[in-house]
Amino acid sequence: MRRTLQLAGVGTVAGLFSGLFGVGGGVVIVPLLALAMDFPTRVAAATSLAAIAVVAAAAGGLQAAYGNADVGEAALVGLPAVVGVVAGTALQQRLATRTLRLAFAALLVVVAATLIF
Amino acid sequence: MHHVVPLMLVGAGAGLIAGLFGVGGGILFVPALVVFADLGQLRAEATSLLAIVPVAAVGAWRQHRYGNLRLRAGLLVGALAIGGGVAGVTIANAVPERGLEYGFAALLLFTAFQVTRDELEQDDDGRTVGGEPR
Repeated sequence: MRRTLQLAGVGTVAGLFSGLFGVGGGVVIVPLLALAMDFPTRVAAATSLAAIAVVAAAAGGLQAAYGNADVGEAALVGLPAVVGVVAGTALQQRLATRTLRLAFAALLVVVAATLIF
Repeated sequence: MHHVVPLMLVGAGAGLIAGLFGVGGGILFVPALVVFADLGQLRAEATSLLAIVPVAAVGAWRQHRYGNLRLRAGLLVGALAIGGGVAGVTIANAVPERGLEYGFAALLLFTAFQVTRDELEQDDDGRTVGGEPR
């Protein structure tokens, strides 16, 4: 029951950030599952993807209702990304946990820098 | 300025990162759509959300095949995130775009700090120093 409530809290916080910043919430969900709930790194990433599929469909649908989304552009980046995610999940199984986690942290810093400058 | 090839290449790269790290890919989709498709921040974020749906679904399916997926936990987090998402979208439509960008950047830096600090407290076998294995 306590873990269910924790998961519910993770979901609520992640959804808020997802709607605010246009991401699926993974940058919030993965660290919360891994750091706060002790999910193994790969399990956190896998579970995050399932959650993201649900919330992105809902939030994306709402944005489309607002008239903000561009379906053609979404397909242009999204379809190659489907190929990429198959390769990425395969590669993830072969990399050390430490490599994955430190690379994830580095990725977040780089993206933050591109937003600020 | 609209560039099809860079959009597709960044899309593939975003998918790779999505699979590696369990994110949706929005952290690359959004800047790519701003730079290469000339979308404003809000429109890029909305379009990114749509692009993320098939990426996350296929990624979760692959992870299920690898035995890493906790589907029930994922669906619970996702379902609860919808309510938070509605609040977030409403706020995003009400505040200036530059504020969104700074807010997002601050979130990412904080997350990177947390992940790095946690990892550096572990030894190479992924054990917390003096603690239980992960």
